[in-house]
Amino acid sequence: MIIHHPILGPRDAQEFVYLGDESLIDRPDGMTAGIEAFHDYAYNRDNPAGAHRELWYHEQGDRSWLVVTRNTVTHEITKVELARDVARAKGRTK
Amino acid sequence: MANALKARTALGAHDPLQVMVGALVVTERFDVALASVAARRGRMGDLAKAAETIGLPLPEAARHASGEVYAAFWTAPEMWLVEAPFASHELIAEVLKQALGDAASVTEQTDAWVAFDLLAPDLAPLLERLCNVDFPAVVVGYATRTMVEHLGCYLIKHGRGTARLYGPRSSAKSLLHALEAAAHSAW
Amino acid sequence: MSQSHRIAGGQIERSKTLRFHFDGLPYQGHPGDTLASALLANGVQLMGRSFKYHRPRGPLSAGSEEPNALVELRTGGRQEPNTRATVAELYDGLEAKSQNRWPSLRFDAMGINDRLSTFFAAGFYYKTFMWPKSFWEKLYEPIIRRAAGLGSVSREEDPDEYEKGFLHCDLLVIGAGPAGLMAALTAGRAGARVVLADEDFRMGGRLNAETFAVGGKLGADWAAGVLAELSTLPNVRLMVRTTVIGAFDHGIYGAVERVSDHLAVPMAGKPRQVLWRIYSKRAILAAGATERPIAFENNDRPGIMLAGSLRAYANRWGVKAGERVAVFTNNDDGLRTAADLKAKGLEVVAVIDSRDGDEVIDTKGKLGLKSVTIRDSAGRTRTIGVDALGVSGGWNPNVNVHSHHRSRPVWNEEIAGFVPGADGPTGLLVAGAAAGGLSTHAALAQGQAQAIAALTDLGKTAKADSLPEAEDAPVRVTPLWHVHHGKGRAWIDQQNDVTVKDVKLAHQENFSSVEHLKRYTTLGMATDQGKTGNVIGLAVMAELTGRSIPETGTTIYRPPYTPVAMGTLAGRSRGTEFKPTRLTPSHHWAVEQGAFFVEVGMWLRTQWVPKSGETEWRQSVDREVLATRKSVGICDVTTLGKIDIQGTDAGAFLDKVYANTFSTVPVGKCRYGLVLREDGMVFDDGTTARMGENEYVMTTTTANAVTVFRHLEFCRQCLWPDMDVQLISTTEAWAQFSVAGPNARKLLEKVVDQDISDAAFPYMGAGNITVGGLRARLFRISFSGELAYEIAVPTRYGDALLREMLAKGAEFDPVVYGTEALGVMRIEKGHVAGGELNGQSTALNMGLGKMVSKKKDSIGMVLSQREGMVEENGYRLVGVKPVNPAAKLVAGSHFLEIGAAPVAANDGGWLTSKVYSPHLGCDIALGYLKGGDKKIGTRMRAVNLVGGLDTEVEIISPHMFDPEGERLRG
Repeated sequence: MIIHHPILGPRDAQEFVYLGDESLIDRPDGMTAGIEAFHDYAYNRDNPAGAHRELWYHEQGDRSWLVVTRNTVTHEITKVELARDVARAKGRTK
Repeated sequence: MANALKARTALGAHDPLQVMVGALVVTERFDVALASVAARRGRMGDLAKAAETIGLPLPEAARHASGEVYAAFWTAPEMWLVEAPFASHELIAEVLKQALGDAASVTEQTDAWVAFDLLAPDLAPLLERLCNVDFPAVVVGYATRTMVEHLGCYLIKHGRGTARLYGPRSSAKSLLHALEAAAHSAW
Repeated sequence: MSQSHRIAGGQIERSKTLRFHFDGLPYQGHPGDTLASALLANGVQLMGRSFKYHRPRGPLSAGSEEPNALVELRTGGRQEPNTRATVAELYDGLEAKSQNRWPSLRFDAMGINDRLSTFFAAGFYYKTFMWPKSFWEKLYEPIIRRAAGLGSVSREEDPDEYEKGFLHCDLLVIGAGPAGLMAALTAGRAGARVVLADEDFRMGGRLNAETFAVGGKLGADWAAGVLAELSTLPNVRLMVRTTVIGAFDHGIYGAVERVSDHLAVPMAGKPRQVLWRIYSKRAILAAGATERPIAFENNDRPGIMLAGSLRAYANRWGVKAGERVAVFTNNDDGLRTAADLKAKGLEVVAVIDSRDGDEVIDTKGKLGLKSVTIRDSAGRTRTIGVDALGVSGGWNPNVNVHSHHRSRPVWNEEIAGFVPGADGPTGLLVAGAAAGGLSTHAALAQGQAQAIAALTDLGKTAKADSLPEAEDAPVRVTPLWHVHHGKGRAWIDQQNDVTVKDVKLAHQENFSSVEHLKRYTTLGMATDQGKTGNVIGLAVMAELTGRSIPETGTTIYRPPYTPVAMGTLAGRSRGTEFKPTRLTPSHHWAVEQGAFFVEVGMWLRTQWVPKSGETEWRQSVDREVLATRKSVGICDVTTLGKIDIQGTDAGAFLDKVYANTFSTVPVGKCRYGLVLREDGMVFDDGTTARMGENEYVMTTTTANAVTVFRHLEFCRQCLWPDMDVQLISTTEAWAQFSVAGPNARKLLEKVVDQDISDAAFPYMGAGNITVGGLRARLFRISFSGELAYEIAVPTRYGDALLREMLAKGAEFDPVVYGTEALGVMRIEKGHVAGGELNGQSTALNMGLGKMVSKKKDSIGMVLSQREGMVEENGYRLVGVKPVNPAAKLVAGSHFLEIGAAPVAANDGGWLTSKVYSPHLGCDIALGYLKGGDKKIGTRMRAVNLVGGLDTEVEIISPHMFDPEGERLRG
């Protein structure tokens, strides 16, 4: 597969490490959320057949974490964003 | 730097090596000091200013640029690897820290890498057997991280037939072997 | 033997003679020959035995679709089984052997299978060998494997090299027949970067096998002219002997280039084959079409070939496959074969056109065709003597690569074949015969049109030059899949020995969907993927079920298009080059000392360093341990991961990453920390030093250096994106040595420039120092339990530092110890490592539960408190020693109470790591024991049923050496 890196352009997926669902960005706050919330965060995934937003790490590249929107049926990639930007848009800070 | 300890190159000798295979000349560079420079969060403007005063280029993504003393290539967002002559800049990290202050995080990287200068009339036949970089198509000054036989390297294009390859120092021997094998096959 | 069947013409170099052997007999051929064409030229039709019935077989085709003529090429380490003689390029000295026969090709004892064919019908294995189950492995499988099968592999190591490479292009053209050549020419002239790949060793495709004109000259000459022009274009790369094996995602194609297969031995330094990864913006599949046979009784005899192949042997290779030939066809192309053969001077004794109601209903000739029996429309039969028969059932477009992304081919009534369907690989266009354009004109026109379409898509312009004039004969075919007359077997899939009867049986037993048909009969599951047989098989099924072919549907293809050698997939990653090797700074010193090494990931670490007179590894290891504990030992610990962490939020960041707190570590100190995964399990451990207000150096285990770094980047970018933290690995930048033992400080004082007394550099101190003026780092940390430091210098000076320490500290008799002694000392001290950091253990399990701070949020903190992970009687780290000091322990043994039966219900845990402790004079171990913290001082058993060990042990504190830590604080 080819992932169109927002900074570096088309790069072979071989250079990346796959992590999984983008929802891994939505980590609850450990001081306020309980075990249930963390259990959901750590284990529950939607696993859609179709568009899936997922985390890829450009390990053999610039070490950017990316959010790749990929169709799990056709492998068509419709969007690639820097995970840092996605995280900020979700309201994550420090 | 004056000290009693005798250095060894990444290939294990006291002097850098030069090998010729087919049309390729590989020269181990032992005279390059390296440091990483990363902008502190929100301090890119300050870093750029400080860099300018010491003639440190901070090129855009996927590019290498040379100044009078320093050269640098982009490695990650707001992060560069800076090259300088080892003889005058063995303490490159210290020097850069002084100059850049708290606008950047600076880390010595000199011995993290083995540097091979590659020379041939045309490097494309060699590099197409080693990594997925479209070497003939990219511009001079292109710098990228790439995988060579499972090793994460940096490749910098200085010309059609000149490039520098940085590989993990501990794997220098494996990397040289890969270069030699590919060169035998290429020409 | 003379080339009795060589005739005039063809693209072979007659001035040169090549000598080769087949089954030990010498033959001659010419450059340009394949093994099959050369054997046919020598009058040899019989080249193999079939898979299941051991039927004598000759080549069916003249190309890569060949199901029958599979041979073992070469000898020794270069021996390669299942090579198709029809594509094996002849070279001087080639040696080939037929396969799947014993004792010889002409007399094969297993030919008995053919007589027993009733028992070997489809589904035979499933039905017959079901019971009893235990017989399968011991009895049935070995017998079947011997009886049915393909060639044998060499037991020797392949001496050749294989390689992988990467190519980039605007347009990849797959196939260099008329369509591919026209596409490449159009795109090449327009300046696009073109890769033109063809599996043959001569480009031109069918043009090489035909006699008709293109642009006013012989087709092959037109092709040569185009190739000459293409070879002058720097933007076009011509790749002969290169098979595109598969379409992968987003324009990536795999291709195998056979660089040296046409040579007896590759040229020095050259690979045998290269596996190319081709990055294309657009691609055109111009793979042509494959002729299909017609199934009739005994249609598999040597001498019975595809009509177009018979024609190819005559036109391209100057070979007559027989003296007296007949042609059996259901379409006009078969008539072209008859005409071409006649023109070549062959005696064509019959043209049997099924459209006239004539059919071949049987054949004779055990080892080679002797006669065919023909039934005419009036039902009269006659037998005529022939030694070759060309069969044409129509042409199937080569849709294979187009269906690699699950695109279903669709039925085209006009040509009676499947053509590429919708939803093929993105960016892949199809042209020429592969798209169903079976005339030369159609191929040229489509090749040009698709090249223009592809370039237009890329925003480039290409000119439509006037097309060369070429034949544009319509396809006139009346499908005939199998002849209904005759009672015997009629072959569909010749490689897997699938007959019309097998398809009927599958239908009878209700395996009538194409996918079931395939798996029940093994139709199309041989190495040729059913290139010649699939469509016939499903057409027969369609007939039986009364459905149309489109209703019946078709199976699709997977990569690779043709078989790929394992060596090619491995590339250079084999033997010692299987993976890169990482060498430590002390490697040269260790080699000089005759050290033993151990692979730790990619690192080669010193395992122990023998002294003269030591014959057993334990002697060396025990000495290293005792010498270290007595005076001082040095160990290269460069391999531990080192990550430089800087920024104003570095401390706060580490508090998130580590279960314990690091923001409170004073500058100039280090702290041991645990990194948890979010599920609460321990991920990694190590010491992290604060080198400055906003600067830390984190240490990881050797094994997790990469994954911890990845995790930190995830935390930094995805979880806390606004933290001011910068990361870079410095593992390789510093050579780091552990200096441990009561005399560690005294030794180091001789080397370093600063005061490192206990007051100036206390336990867990860290800082920048100098060594003879050279910048260095010192950490007062201990893995061994001794007074210990880790000292680091820039890697280039590592070797010298080690030698300096050994020389300047000679009075202390320093020893260099390896990973074994390191393991002994850490286990004696009760420090966790690999066996304990197994990814399934919590801090609590390790006896480090208190390290997990609840006062701050950190990764894994919440889930580490889950029910089940905080069980009172859960696993706890314990030390173990045998009650009888002479008894042995084995890691992996399970804890059982005294007298308890060795069953899972009584399992109390297991021994994670075991060593011999020279200090305690017995085996010792660490282990996870249920409720272990409350069992200290009790006795249990360590049971290893596999090793036959049942040892009474004492459960002790894991801190088996200096539990109070007096030594390391000394």
